[in-house]
Amino acid sequence: MSCCAPGTEGGLDATRLPGIDELRLESRALGNGLMQTELSVPAIHCGACITLIERELGSLDNVESARVNLSSRRVTVCWKDDGAPQFVEKLSGLGYPAHLFDTEAAESDKTRSELMRAIAVSGFAAGNIMLLSVSVWSGADGATRDLFHWLSALIALPALLFAGRIYFRSAWNALKHGRMNMDVPIALGVSLAFGMSLYETLHHGEHAYFDASVSLLFFLLIGRTLDHVMRDRARAAVKGLVRLSPKGAVVLREDGSRNYLPLGEITVGMQLLVAAGERVPVDGIVVDGLSDMDCSLVNGESAPQPTNKGDAVRAGTLNLTGPLTIRVTAVARESFLAEIVRLMEAAESGRGTYRRIADRASALYSPVVHLTALLTCIGWLFVSGDWHRAITIAIAVLIITCPCALGLAVPIVQVVAARRLFENGIMVKDGSAMERLAEIDTAVFDKTGTLTAGHPVATSIFSESPRALEIASALAALSRHPSARAIVDAYPASTLPFEEVREHPGLGISAQLGGKRYRLGRACWALRDPETAAGAATVLGVEGACGAGFSFTDRLRADAPQVIATLRSAGIAIEMLSGDRTAAVTETAKALGIDHWQAEVLPGDKVGRLNELALEGHSVLMVGDGLNDAPALAAAHVSMAPASAADIGRNAADFVFLRESLSAVPLALSVSREAGKLIRQNFALAIGYNALAVPVAILGYVTPLVAAIAMSVSSILVIANALRLRAPTLQPEKGEGRAPALEVAAP
Amino acid sequence: MTMLLFLIPVALFLGGLGLVAFLWALKSGQYEDLDGAAERIFIENDENPETAHARPRR
Repeated sequence: MSCCAPGTEGGLDATRLPGIDELRLESRALGNGLMQTELSVPAIHCGACITLIERELGSLDNVESARVNLSSRRVTVCWKDDGAPQFVEKLSGLGYPAHLFDTEAAESDKTRSELMRAIAVSGFAAGNIMLLSVSVWSGADGATRDLFHWLSALIALPALLFAGRIYFRSAWNALKHGRMNMDVPIALGVSLAFGMSLYETLHHGEHAYFDASVSLLFFLLIGRTLDHVMRDRARAAVKGLVRLSPKGAVVLREDGSRNYLPLGEITVGMQLLVAAGERVPVDGIVVDGLSDMDCSLVNGESAPQPTNKGDAVRAGTLNLTGPLTIRVTAVARESFLAEIVRLMEAAESGRGTYRRIADRASALYSPVVHLTALLTCIGWLFVSGDWHRAITIAIAVLIITCPCALGLAVPIVQVVAARRLFENGIMVKDGSAMERLAEIDTAVFDKTGTLTAGHPVATSIFSESPRALEIASALAALSRHPSARAIVDAYPASTLPFEEVREHPGLGISAQLGGKRYRLGRACWALRDPETAAGAATVLGVEGACGAGFSFTDRLRADAPQVIATLRSAGIAIEMLSGDRTAAVTETAKALGIDHWQAEVLPGDKVGRLNELALEGHSVLMVGDGLNDAPALAAAHVSMAPASAADIGRNAADFVFLRESLSAVPLALSVSREAGKLIRQNFALAIGYNALAVPVAILGYVTPLVAAIAMSVSSILVIANALRLRAPTLQPEKGEGRAPALEVAAP
Repeated sequence: MTMLLFLIPVALFLGGLGLVAFLWALKSGQYEDLDGAAERIFIENDENPETAHARPRR
């Protein structure tokens, strides 16, 4: 498919991500040599962004068209496949970091538009049939009534076939596998109601239930669509976040040429280039280069690790300072990342046993309803001996008990709750997550990146003069090492005219200023006598003498102590499991007053501890962000991850919170508990309605008019009850500092 | 009674017109970007009306 001039890849700059080959891998061919790429650009926020991006991208060579979607913060670019339009670079240059977006999202769009079309058609049919029915109820009779019934039948039949097939299909699938779901009584009720009404119409009967069968479908489709849209939006938002694991890597050939290969084609023994700022794609050994590695997502260790020739590096770690050449020791599917995935798959099975409230209800509901209808039919047969009458009344029982309110009871509450959480920067994967969260009695936290911010905070433990601090900070501003960043954050200073600035990977940064040589970095490198700076992790060396020393601690997330206290007062037991060193974990545990904690825990052991808790009968919430937490996130009863988490963990988590504050945890808990309460109330409403309506139906007093009123009233009651969750009295909104992380389109 | 013979078809036709209009709007992507549409009316695109209507193929 490539008609790229040979050699283009050779000149590929290794730091450019994603490269043209990755781009092509992720694009969709439209034919005629046109490719379409979806980009997720979270920074788009206004009309000016639309104009700028569309104009600038449109002016690139080979770009056919660019279209911004402000709601989903995506850009769709159509380009000709005979050159490499550098739109990702262009966007970054404009200040809009872009990420490639998986094209598989189109699949769920299809389901959504099928549901929308079904709603439109059933809504149209329900409205028109209802108009005709009103004329019948208000006294039309004889030939006019027959005419109206026939018209209703004509409208209802195509509507049922078109809009109802979603239910018929699902009911048929369930029955085929010998299961029951909520769609079985729906499909049965709707089709029986239609069949009986058709029979009545043929025999010039008085009562036809066309309106009931179609409006039932209409209401139920609304519930189903809401449920789908909620899950869809959360999934799309999570996918739009930065993807951490690379799709491929730059391979260095023996003749010195470079190739970009997809991960699947990389084999053991190949040499890969990993530029500064990139993640290591597969496990390997460093054969050339010197750098620092950020392992925080991989094993929870907060301090960067200096990496030298001969050191092993694990897939998923971030290369911070210098370019590395590594020799591959394990292919992608045997790398550390893949091991985590296997652990996750093993853990996932534990959660499969949870059954959603709606499913549990429908397992009880269908047999009861069908038995009632059957008994009614037999009863009337004995009493009156009239087949027609017995069947009519039995069908009326089926119609009146059709789970209209029940079908709305759960999704409507969960949609309202999910929206409340969305407004507070929390995304929910699906409704059952909220049901599970409401049940928890234990919360297990990871340390690095979850309870702590995941990046270090610098403190000066000694300094020669304020001027030395200023120089250290100005020098640090020139490096992107996390320690240097921390110094700049802690001691902001104006830029100084340094000369001969050089970064020494694994050691530090050096520069000339005013004839003096400054070095900022490891004591053994920056100082003539390293003993003078005992206790400092990073020092400023002035011609080999110590100018300033800094130590680093991982900062707690701003409101972590309050969050732990809030959860405790809500009756939740707190534990901490971390892969970090014992000393660092002890300190955090002390600061937060957590009694139960373990340090230096391996990913598998985290899962083991969660299983232990589960066996003791606890329902556990796992909050974590690292790759090493991913199996635990999958194993826990319910799980949460910050948006900064490794993407594999983020996909495993049920909730993802986008803001810096940990208060998302208690908020999600309280909203979920409130939602659980409302769902139970809605069930009570629906059951109460049935308790009233069913005896009336069994006694044979239900007419189409009664059925229409009863169904609408119960649905409206359930919706109104769910909307109470929007009331702001639930919990005062906290004026927390909003992290600049990512804004998701409000629903 | 005869008025029913044309009033009902007229009513159904008008309703059907609404339905078809909605389905068309859905299909042609009018609901894809509700926030963007609100902003786009402020964008002047006089110099190049062609690209203003260019839209990614589905």
